[in-house]
Amino acid sequence: MNEGLRTREGGRIDRSRGLHFSFDGRAYTGVAGDTLASALLANGVHLMGRSFKYHRPRGVLACGAEEPNALVAVRRDAARYTPNLRATQVELYEGLAAHSQNRWPSLAFDLGAVNDLLAPFIPAGFYYKTFMWPRRAWQWLYEPRIRAAAGLGRAPTEADPDRYASRYAHCDVLIVGAGPAGLAAAAAAAASGARVMLCDEQNEFGGSLLADDPRAAAAIEGRPAPQWLRETSAALGSNARVTLLPRTTAFGYFPHNLLGLNERLSDHLADPHPDLPRERQWQVRAREVVLATGAIERPLVFPGNDRPGIMLAGAARTWLNRYGVLPGTRAVVVTAHDEAYPAALELQAAGVFIASIADVRARDDGSWAARARAAGIPVLTRATVLGTGGRRRVNSILLAQLEGGEAGAQAQPCDLVLMCGGFTPSVHLFSQSRGKLCWDEGLQAFLPGTPAERVRSAGACRGVFALDAALADGAAAGAAAAREATAPARTGVCPSGAAAAAAAPPAAGGGAGFAGALPQPAGARGRAFVDWQNDVTTGDLALATREGFRSIEHIKRYTTTGMATDQGKTSNLNALGIVSCTLGKPIPEVGLTSFRMPYTPVSFGSFAGPARGELFDPVRTTPMHEWARARGAVFEDVGLWKRARYFPRGAEHMHAAVGRECLAVRNACGIFDASTLGKIEVVGKDAVTFMNRLYVNAWTGLAVGRCRYGLLLRDDGFVYDDGVVARVSENRFHVTTTTGGAPRVLAMMEDYLQTEWSDLKVWLTSTTEQWAVVAVQGPKARAVLAGLVDIDLAAAALPHMSVALGRISGVPMRLFRVSFTGELGFEVNVPADFGPAVWEALWDAGQAHDITPYGTETMHVLRAEKGYIIVGQDTDGTVTPDDAGLGWAIGKNKPDFVGKRSLERPAMTSPQRRQLVGLLTTDPQVVLEDGAQVMAQAGARAPARALGHVTSSYHSSVLGRSIALGLVAGGRARIGETLYVSVPAGDIPVQVASPVFYDPQGRRLHA
Amino acid sequence: MRDLSAARCLPLVSASTVLHALPPATRYVLRGGAEVRAAAESAVGCGIPARACRATLEGDRAALWLGPDEWLLIAPEPPPGGLAAGLSEALEGLAHSLVDVSHRQSALALSGPQATTLLAAGCPLDLDTSAFPVGMCTRTMLAKAEVVLWRTGPQVFRVEVWRSFVAYVSQFLGEAARGII
Repeated sequence: MNEGLRTREGGRIDRSRGLHFSFDGRAYTGVAGDTLASALLANGVHLMGRSFKYHRPRGVLACGAEEPNALVAVRRDAARYTPNLRATQVELYEGLAAHSQNRWPSLAFDLGAVNDLLAPFIPAGFYYKTFMWPRRAWQWLYEPRIRAAAGLGRAPTEADPDRYASRYAHCDVLIVGAGPAGLAAAAAAAASGARVMLCDEQNEFGGSLLADDPRAAAAIEGRPAPQWLRETSAALGSNARVTLLPRTTAFGYFPHNLLGLNERLSDHLADPHPDLPRERQWQVRAREVVLATGAIERPLVFPGNDRPGIMLAGAARTWLNRYGVLPGTRAVVVTAHDEAYPAALELQAAGVFIASIADVRARDDGSWAARARAAGIPVLTRATVLGTGGRRRVNSILLAQLEGGEAGAQAQPCDLVLMCGGFTPSVHLFSQSRGKLCWDEGLQAFLPGTPAERVRSAGACRGVFALDAALADGAAAGAAAAREATAPARTGVCPSGAAAAAAAPPAAGGGAGFAGALPQPAGARGRAFVDWQNDVTTGDLALATREGFRSIEHIKRYTTTGMATDQGKTSNLNALGIVSCTLGKPIPEVGLTSFRMPYTPVSFGSFAGPARGELFDPVRTTPMHEWARARGAVFEDVGLWKRARYFPRGAEHMHAAVGRECLAVRNACGIFDASTLGKIEVVGKDAVTFMNRLYVNAWTGLAVGRCRYGLLLRDDGFVYDDGVVARVSENRFHVTTTTGGAPRVLAMMEDYLQTEWSDLKVWLTSTTEQWAVVAVQGPKARAVLAGLVDIDLAAAALPHMSVALGRISGVPMRLFRVSFTGELGFEVNVPADFGPAVWEALWDAGQAHDITPYGTETMHVLRAEKGYIIVGQDTDGTVTPDDAGLGWAIGKNKPDFVGKRSLERPAMTSPQRRQLVGLLTTDPQVVLEDGAQVMAQAGARAPARALGHVTSSYHSSVLGRSIALGLVAGGRARIGETLYVSVPAGDIPVQVASPVFYDPQGRRLHA
Repeated sequence: MRDLSAARCLPLVSASTVLHALPPATRYVLRGGAEVRAAAESAVGCGIPARACRATLEGDRAALWLGPDEWLLIAPEPPPGGLAAGLSEALEGLAHSLVDVSHRQSALALSGPQATTLLAAGCPLDLDTSAFPVGMCTRTMLAKAEVVLWRTGPQVFRVEVWRSFVAYVSQFLGEAARGII
């Protein structure tokens, strides 16, 4: 062990387990139980980062989640590279490799530090005022340069190889924070038998107890505090009704007591097992929540307060007592709160020379000052700091008394400055839950006020700082939460007695501290930092108010104070204090910016969870998928479905394969998997009434055993979905929908049924997956089926648009005679598990008739040759039935149907609406592009108005030329006209035609 | 003519020590009012629950309450003789809907001390026995798939999954089990 600043004993570390690690390529050692920050400090390294804007050298300021300076990247390999981690939260493991950020070429020598010299020219909001000329340079010069210079860390470019898990959980009481108050709350809640969850962001439970000197620690429940902590944690851990989650950050508070927790499972391990997820995101629904999130120590704002070696007093205590690290050798303490005194005394006892304590407060009668003096430490009161010296580490501090000004200032050499401005209760989650915050004048702090959820705050996060009071507060909150969570009758959205619970806490023993900038005698120089991470100074805030900003929300955005990755955990209250002082308004009138999730950054992987790769979305396959896959089908995604797009033979590309498949269907017979079509069984004695009200068509006259093309509109009159509907029996309809539309059509039907027509005796059942559907299409389709089915297939017995129930090779079947190709066609519906066998049987029977498998691309071409629309391709949510040429489908004598009233509006019947027409290029080999604009004249240039656009365009092999469908203004009246399709290469002349290109009389259909 | 009535092809399941496919079953969705529920009981050969989110199991027949007017009826496959005829006779004249969904979905059995933990990776419900006791059933989400979840034992669940989601659901539960089972 060669860390020179490690104490010989004490702390919660294991000195016998040395760990090797590196920082910026240089090798160091630490011990088990260290964080990266504590291990670096033990090696005398304070310089851990460069600031965001001025690239100033920065050391570690705090010891926890609030750390603004020591942001590092940890690299395991090229893909496992995590930037912007707080060194104070990175647990050390053997071989850890960390890197500093925001510096080039090195942390010690950073060229970007030139910004620090330019500081007078780049104040808050400088980019709003400069770079104004030349105007165009903003896009290609200024903004890219500024963006490149800004930003912290860099994201890895490779895919994240780690696993992330998700977990839903429910409990009676969720307690956030396992400090004294949280542990007491958990123990009290668990004692009542409630289901309890307790989470804490640190690797160990204990909170503030972990920073105490165990020899000086108070007794809890008659036991030394470390023993109480050990035994309380163990008792909770052995309780089956209690879930303990260390290394787990409650990052967000969502409505109805849903909290998001991020559990870090493997980042602290040198060699994690591959089955171990890196993180697990919990979504916890808690009947009651207890927030015991503690408080964050506030820095003091004085000139030069950002040099490495200047840190929070409580952090220094933590380094000493928890990690056995001396953060310096000669210290000066600047404080506005009693808490700095025990830190000074404990560090002195450990061998750190305390040169003096500068107390900014006036009083000198406190027992702490007396104890410090008795220990030989000079104590200055009414003190302030005029400046500090040192570049990569503080080496002196200039102290003065307020009355004395610069004349009485004394420079003191030091390598450590401890500061304590008091404590800011962590009300982040309470505020996220929409609870109201109240300003407490006595504590100079915002505290939880009236809650908006079933939540209680306990301990330091509501201003109860003293240990015994916090323990009692936690126990009371835990017991009350458990009582209410398990009470038989819970009413209201807030805990009962919420107002009482929000009552003012006892006055803090150590004083309220100080919020704002330390008063400066005239002539003080140097920048005083308020927000370390975003390099916001008192000068920036003063500038913002000088320029007229009054709202704290505007000042925040103009200066960026509180907008860094730490969200101003250490800086917000000081910024408020400064603005309050400048504007002469009390802090509650200045207001408070919003607390937003996440409390600390959460990885994208945690949010994605297992939903990646194969599990990103369900991949739905049809019963016949394997057959198609084995035949080399190329698949396309349709919604969540995989559908065979075409079946290439050998090296055939799509164009050739589709051409061949089209001709096979037209000349002989094709076989097609139509299983993905949505199917809804509409059953009940009011089924026909329901269909009449919903679809545009007239259903009353549809005989049992017959089918009809059904068209569904939204209530605004535009086409929503379509599909063939069969009347299977008097009160039973077999409704088909588009593949993608199945869920939304069923939802729309249910919506109308439950909210508008609850009187109808009709029920809907999705049968999409009950049936495997094999379409057999083409002039030889009848011959293929004939030997397999027990149904008379003659045109007279089973005409186009009819349905029959029977069997195919012994399997029950609904046989539809329908066609989306324009050919004689059948769709064989069999129970899904029989799909593959029936498909094979049809395939075998088809061998004598040149049967060819075809895919969705071929289906699209065949239907376009017939002018059949595809909803969502030839319609776009603004197309009426008449626009699509489907006005014939409307039941003219029906009193009503969904969308009927909208269709009667004048705009919906205008002859100038865009109507579906065919478009034939003059050059038959030119295939138009889908979406291309149709113009009235050649050579039209923007802003010329288009007449419409191409919706579908293909090469038709049966016609030996290109075909296209398009929506064109007044299109049907333009049939025969020449229009122009505008493409980058020029204009393509097209002739407007009927949308039915093939067999317009429908002879083949009715064969 | 070939007889294919035994040529069933079941969806593929990523099985494991805790997850396996249950054999095919006869399934009906029964919709209608209280009188339909009462009338169907004798034909089904099993009590049909009136209580929300409860299932009854008698011998090889089961009835699951899925909504105020909706039940899932489960019987062996092939269906016992007279089941379909008995049902239509019992329901004759009553406003109702009876739809065969035997092939629409498959059933998975998930069992073991970690069963609820695995489900909790993707199911937002409280699966503690106090909130979801044996005999409770409901339609819910498991990750991105809709399922019917039925607790048949303290550590055993029957998960009814639409056919094309079976692969996804079984893979999802397999992924959830990594590092846990």
